[in-house]
Amino acid sequence: MKDILAELENRRAQARLGGGKKRIEAQHAKGKLTARERIELLLDEGSFEEFDTFVAHRCTDFGMTETTYSGDGVVTGWGTVNGRQVYVFSQDFTVFGGSLSETHAQKICKIMDMAMRNGAPVIGLNDSGGARIQEGVASLAGYADVFQRNIMASGVVPQISVIMGPCAGGAVYSPAMTDFIFMVRDTSYMFVTGPDVVKTVTNEIVTAEELGGAKTHTTKSSVADGAFENDVEALAEIRRLVDFLPLSNREKPPVRPFFDDPARVEDSLDSLVPENPNMPYDMKELILKVADEGDFYEIQRDYAGNIITGFIRLEGETVGVVANQPMVLAGCLDIDSSRKAARFVRFCDCFSIPILTFVDVPGFLPGTGQEYGGVIKHGAKLLFAYGEATVPKVTVITRKAYGGAYDVMASKHLRGDINYAWPTAEIAVMGAKGAVEILYRSELGDPEKIAQRTKDYEDRFANPFVAAEKGFIDEVIMPHSTRRRVARAFAALRGKELENPWKKHDNIPL
Amino acid sequence: MFDKILIANRGEIACRVIKTARKMGIRTVAVYSDADKDALHVRMADEAVHIGPPQANQSYIVIDKIMAAIKATGAQAVHPGYGFLSERAEFAQALAAAGVEFIGPPVGAIEAMGDKITSKKLAAEAGVSTVPGYMGLIGDADEAVKISREIGYPVMIKASAGGGGKGMRIAWNDQEVVEGFQSSKNEAASSFGDDRIFIEKFVTSPRHIEIQVLGDKHGNCLYLGERECSIQRRNQKVIEEAPSPFLDPETRKAMGEQAVALAKAVDYCSAGTVEFIVDGEKNFYFLEMNTRLQVEHPVTELITRIDLVEQMIRVAAGEKLAFGQEDIDLDGWAIESRLYAEDPYRNFLPSIGRLTRYRPPEEHSHLTSVVRNDTGVYEGGEISMYYDPMIAKLCTWAPDRERAIEAMRDAVDAFEVEGIGHNLPFLSAVMDHPRFIEGRLTTAFIADEFPDGFSGVTLPGSTLRRVAAVAAAMKLIVERRAARISGTMSNHERAVGTRWVVSAQGEEFDVAIENGGEEATVRFADDEGLGVRLDWTPGDTVARANIGGDAMALKVELRTEGFRIRYRGSDLDVKVRTPRAAELARLMPEKLPPDTSKMLLCPMPGVVVKINVAEGDEVQDGQALCTVEAMKMENVLRAERKAKVSKINAKPGQSLAVDEVIMEFE
Repeated sequence: MKDILAELENRRAQARLGGGKKRIEAQHAKGKLTARERIELLLDEGSFEEFDTFVAHRCTDFGMTETTYSGDGVVTGWGTVNGRQVYVFSQDFTVFGGSLSETHAQKICKIMDMAMRNGAPVIGLNDSGGARIQEGVASLAGYADVFQRNIMASGVVPQISVIMGPCAGGAVYSPAMTDFIFMVRDTSYMFVTGPDVVKTVTNEIVTAEELGGAKTHTTKSSVADGAFENDVEALAEIRRLVDFLPLSNREKPPVRPFFDDPARVEDSLDSLVPENPNMPYDMKELILKVADEGDFYEIQRDYAGNIITGFIRLEGETVGVVANQPMVLAGCLDIDSSRKAARFVRFCDCFSIPILTFVDVPGFLPGTGQEYGGVIKHGAKLLFAYGEATVPKVTVITRKAYGGAYDVMASKHLRGDINYAWPTAEIAVMGAKGAVEILYRSELGDPEKIAQRTKDYEDRFANPFVAAEKGFIDEVIMPHSTRRRVARAFAALRGKELENPWKKHDNIPL
Repeated sequence: MFDKILIANRGEIACRVIKTARKMGIRTVAVYSDADKDALHVRMADEAVHIGPPQANQSYIVIDKIMAAIKATGAQAVHPGYGFLSERAEFAQALAAAGVEFIGPPVGAIEAMGDKITSKKLAAEAGVSTVPGYMGLIGDADEAVKISREIGYPVMIKASAGGGGKGMRIAWNDQEVVEGFQSSKNEAASSFGDDRIFIEKFVTSPRHIEIQVLGDKHGNCLYLGERECSIQRRNQKVIEEAPSPFLDPETRKAMGEQAVALAKAVDYCSAGTVEFIVDGEKNFYFLEMNTRLQVEHPVTELITRIDLVEQMIRVAAGEKLAFGQEDIDLDGWAIESRLYAEDPYRNFLPSIGRLTRYRPPEEHSHLTSVVRNDTGVYEGGEISMYYDPMIAKLCTWAPDRERAIEAMRDAVDAFEVEGIGHNLPFLSAVMDHPRFIEGRLTTAFIADEFPDGFSGVTLPGSTLRRVAAVAAAMKLIVERRAARISGTMSNHERAVGTRWVVSAQGEEFDVAIENGGEEATVRFADDEGLGVRLDWTPGDTVARANIGGDAMALKVELRTEGFRIRYRGSDLDVKVRTPRAAELARLMPEKLPPDTSKMLLCPMPGVVVKINVAEGDEVQDGQALCTVEAMKMENVLRAERKAKVSKINAKPGQSLAVDEVIMEFE
């Protein structure tokens, strides 16, 4: 009996070594942790339950029978993050370069199925050279099996991908379908075709980092939602994100004890909006001053800075924030910001996360670049996302809410539950200057008359009261009491029930 | 007594005067420029009058505008504060002509002391010690040597028309006088077209010590001790104290009596300051007299318990001083630190913008300690480019110097200013500097001790350990709270460990926390145990801790894996990890700071409104380079580091696309 127990221990020890000491050292030399070390940091100490430790590949071609490793290049199982259950797979680059085989894929599929059944998020730590070429189509089938599960899990349990090494070719499409992708700077990259193929086909010479590094995907392509300095920091920040998310669409978002007075007054907000309407101000200050404990988890910080997206807590409860940022492009809506915010709003709606919207939007960005790029359809995504969302929606207009962009930004007309405006709000079809130029075209030669017309227009529309008279604004509030008003609004919406008509699914303008 | 006074100033001094006036039951009138529409002094005053555009020369120092404001409001007297019109004789005259009382000295005194030569002559006549020197014309080098010997070495050879150090030489012997005389003369001729030269005593190890005088209109005049203002940066005072750690009672008395003699010589009344330069042997020489309330007057108020502004108002109203010289008792020690909106890490470049957070330490006045903060700003206010970058004067008082310094350290630690660059870390550095603690000061203190500028403080080992202990205790609170989230697996909750590894300033500390929470013992690997009483919950931006009876205030922000902690002038990225995480973190590569490009790229499509620099300019980190207007918004682009502008590719009015190169650096 004792020998049998010892045998298990031996086998486990062997499995834990992955590709062996030398390869572990090589992994460390690259500044990367091993698959198991990463899991240790992601999960609560000692909470990891591993499955399929002894799974091995079944490939017999190209001499593969000679080399098998327990686990076959991926470590899978479940554990807890601050006591809440999550499923995890972590690819082991020390075993066949983390390449995906039929059995490797089956292990991932197994825990994804469990996650769906049991209602817990899936976190994938990606570090893989790609398909296991020796297995050919079996490997491709494995990818597709994972893809199908990503699709089915979408909107059922949160899925988070962390790219911690290479992720190329077909492999990118599994992370691409998860809710969030994070990358590690300098040690990770993602692309459909690598630099060599790029050179052969297009003659473009580009490094892997330029083609698909963290900077590219967080600033240019928007494929990634954030990037971190190294593995240790990345995993600590993923834990922080998990604390904001519900475990599945069957549960409410988590609530955490908080140490911040929901009625906290911030007098400085009364002077946040500058007197000069052409002066920018930092919308993040408002977000930080409204949030519990000034804690804000930003999503896509480095992309489309004219809109801000991320999570805060109010009275300990998760709230998704979408806010125009006057500091960048005057906070206008454009293709990039519309796409960014639309995806975020839809994520929140999937998982019952209430949405807080801060509005200071001068309109849509004009120009051929925008029109040729299809700003009509991309802008419609955000409109669609807000309109279909059934979670509690609270909106605060701080300054400009002009034209169609006013409608888009969680307006009352898109089933906004509580729509507040600061006294500095201007809700109008457009700015006074533009409006007067259209309305009084014949008087354009007379600057005095035009100045008077502009002033008249400003007096009439550069305030929140016209909209308030019509009930499009539920109340005009003092900036300093924004936190209290917003927190109470969400508290009053805890019992909200709203359903969209039955449909197979909608047809959002993709 | 007056019913209503007008304060012809702005900022902290206007607020300061309003406070006293209110205490005395006098109504106040503020004046303000466009830039100060929402300023604190306007909010505090009973009435406020708009006096023009932001530039002081179109508002605060335009006598007609102030006179109009007086007329409009019926103010009976005017307090000028310091700067602006405070030492302008025409202003005092205009007030007199309008029958409005000037809360300051008589016109004659302002005029006499406003002129350098006249004031020196008057001082000499009044028996005030002046810097020995020869004011007449000096013919040749031989004569220069003769005069120098009479004065006594070292001497300073100066151009009459001089300024900015040009035509200035220090000579320690005859030979150097001969050489210096000729080169000064040449330089003066070429720089100023005026080769007249004079010689005076060169004061070594100079300290700047000044005497506060106070007189009434009935011939009474007395001195209220001295202030030492030797901590200066490029002639800008940074830290002042009263009394001076250098003077003995005899010197103080001698200086005080001479100051009073000078004041009496010009029929001085109201508050005034006689500035002296004092050498290492306690020889003191008259520099100049400031015929106004001095910026650093609070330190005198704190050690004399006399409200100088109140006395100025009473004197102006014709009251007699209610006390005599024998009643003046200097009690305890006071220090003033000037809070400047200047970024010490960027070579003290002025910093403007919105004060997103402004929380001074709580003011109090106890038997053994006083904290006072004279300020003109508030959280959410704007620091504009138009005026002096000083935004507050933080003062502490204690029975002795050591405790006054300690109180200042704590007060600076607890002072929260965000949104702009400021010199709080530098003030902490001075408070902890051994030479400052010993009181060995000269006006060259900052130049001597911070020759390469300021780049933050490295905490000594024992202090770092205490910071580590506080960080560990905070981490335990953070993690225990995190484990109390809803939705945990029943019976499988996370057990938060008590062993942590704190890393900060390149050092690692293995600690174990015994009884975490408000009273924790943090035990280090060498078995030292620090008892930490902690008053902090997540979200608090200041953590108050007490370790072995020593109170600490640390500025705290949550950061990945730990905290940003600012304490005693240091700015630390503190990581607090489990032992396992710390072990794995050691495997992570050190990363060099990213290479910032040598070009300024346009971050958005827009039109260039203004280029603030020229080719060949040296720019500081954070300096405004140009303004780009996009979507009708003006965006100021700033230098990301110190550099020299080698080429400018854009000009005002030009439309730029994203990433177009605006300028290049060397």
